[in-house]
Amino acid sequence: MMAVTRRELSAYFHSPVGYIFLAAFYALAGVYFFLGALLQNSADLYQVFASMFSITLFLVPILTMRLMSEELRHKTDQALLTAPVSLTSLALGKFLSAAIVFTAGLSVTLVYGGVCSIYSSPDWRLILGNFIALLLLGLALIAIGLFISSLTESQVIAATGGFATAILLLLIDAMRSIFQNPYLVRLVTAISFYDRYSAFTAGIFDFSNAFFFLSVCGAFLFLTIRVFDKRRWG
Amino acid sequence: MIEVKNLTKHYGRKTAVNNISFSVKDGEILGFLGPNGAGKSTTMNIITGYLSSSDGTVTVDGKEILEDPKGVKSRIGYLPEQPPLYFEMTVKEYLSFIYDLKKIKRDKWAHIGEVCGLVGVEEMLGRRIKNLSKGYRQRVGLAQALLGYPKLLILDEPTVGLDPKQIIEIRDLIRGLGEKHTIILSSHILSEVKAICDRVIVISDGILVADDTTDALSQSLSATRQLRLRIDGPEAQVLPLLRGISGVEKAEPLGEVEKGSRDYMLDVAEGADVRRAIFRQLGKKDWPLIGLEPSQLSLEDVFLQLTQKEKAGESAGDTQKEEAKAE
Repeated sequence: MMAVTRRELSAYFHSPVGYIFLAAFYALAGVYFFLGALLQNSADLYQVFASMFSITLFLVPILTMRLMSEELRHKTDQALLTAPVSLTSLALGKFLSAAIVFTAGLSVTLVYGGVCSIYSSPDWRLILGNFIALLLLGLALIAIGLFISSLTESQVIAATGGFATAILLLLIDAMRSIFQNPYLVRLVTAISFYDRYSAFTAGIFDFSNAFFFLSVCGAFLFLTIRVFDKRRWG
Repeated sequence: MIEVKNLTKHYGRKTAVNNISFSVKDGEILGFLGPNGAGKSTTMNIITGYLSSSDGTVTVDGKEILEDPKGVKSRIGYLPEQPPLYFEMTVKEYLSFIYDLKKIKRDKWAHIGEVCGLVGVEEMLGRRIKNLSKGYRQRVGLAQALLGYPKLLILDEPTVGLDPKQIIEIRDLIRGLGEKHTIILSSHILSEVKAICDRVIVISDGILVADDTTDALSQSLSATRQLRLRIDGPEAQVLPLLRGISGVEKAEPLGEVEKGSRDYMLDVAEGADVRRAIFRQLGKKDWPLIGLEPSQLSLEDVFLQLTQKEKAGESAGDTQKEEAKAE
């Protein structure tokens, strides 16, 4: 598993993908840190974390699009699948590499906390809670992205699928107000990423929300492994 | 070492591999011969665990791939048709990754160095794979299959796309490896299989049509019963003379190929050798015999022969398959 993770990490930084992801993440987070905290003379990072929701939604597909698609296109999956390694550790290895790059991006919020604490005393419990929330959101999205990437040989399709998922996740929240059917409303509420995430940014650390993201993560990792397996039987 | 039983693979309605059985002994070099699309790669992919069979079993060292996938996979080194290379990595990084992936427990860098020496890529260790020539990429692919010295090497068309010098080098290399490893290699070139392998399996349309030693197979195939002659003499008289020789079943004129002579194709009865008689008869008439050669069977003819033999013995099951293919 670690061999796969190490290779994926080196692949991120042998190509522009890793740099582009980190640069975009730092730049956008920086903009919101400037607008939402520095400019307001505030040590409250609420603005930063609230806006990171949609940024994460749209940046994670860049990270995950190549994970499996590239292997399928270049048939390098033949080396992976004929090596004495379980499908689970292959999927986890890939997942972990994206998670590490994502965490590297995310960690910039801790730097912002540090910057704030030079001038005032920010609430670190809040920052850490939000950090964990963003991390959980990222992990869930990475698992979804990995799953989409394992379905197609084309990175473009994988990325498009990822963006479509992001838009869908934003849309269902916007649509909720126009739904009449109470079951539909309950369904949307149940799968809403935004609700779960905004609870964290509001300062509420609810384990059920954390568990939700971890479940999504687990479910899509499981599906990814099934796709690996199914391909053999195709 | 390896036992394949009733292996079958369907892709939708197409049957890529149809009920193939064979076994390979320790230290044997087995050649898979067949035209493109015959099911060679599919069979190899199933043996290595990349694909699953629709039916049938593969056992390596007494272990079944579905029951003990890791155990079987750790005994196999696989070079697929397209070497599974990560172009952005250097050769060294790549081999180090495969070494870790295969969980080999040896002195890492000494082992990688040794394998690189074997396939001749030591000088390329620092180069990015995307900058390597096709021949070197193939060698790196071979190196990754060799890492850990697995007992069984499966090489899918290892010489395809190489230049003649590289082909000879790779063949020598494989023959050398055959001393320590059991090898299955596929090819669509008859002479290549003949040069490397102890035994050949011929596959066509997913069916095993021949399984024999290389010598026996090439003998049965080269026992041609057609001769091509080039004679400087009047066709109207040469033809009856040829037809009159005992052992000649049929003589057909082929027309003028070389100026001042005529070509003929003879079908000879089984077991008869008519070459001396032809020489003497023509000599008597003073019609110089300029050329005489056994008509070479091309690989296509070989398959045609073998598969037709097979089809004559098969029954309705085969026609069904043909229909499915036509769709």
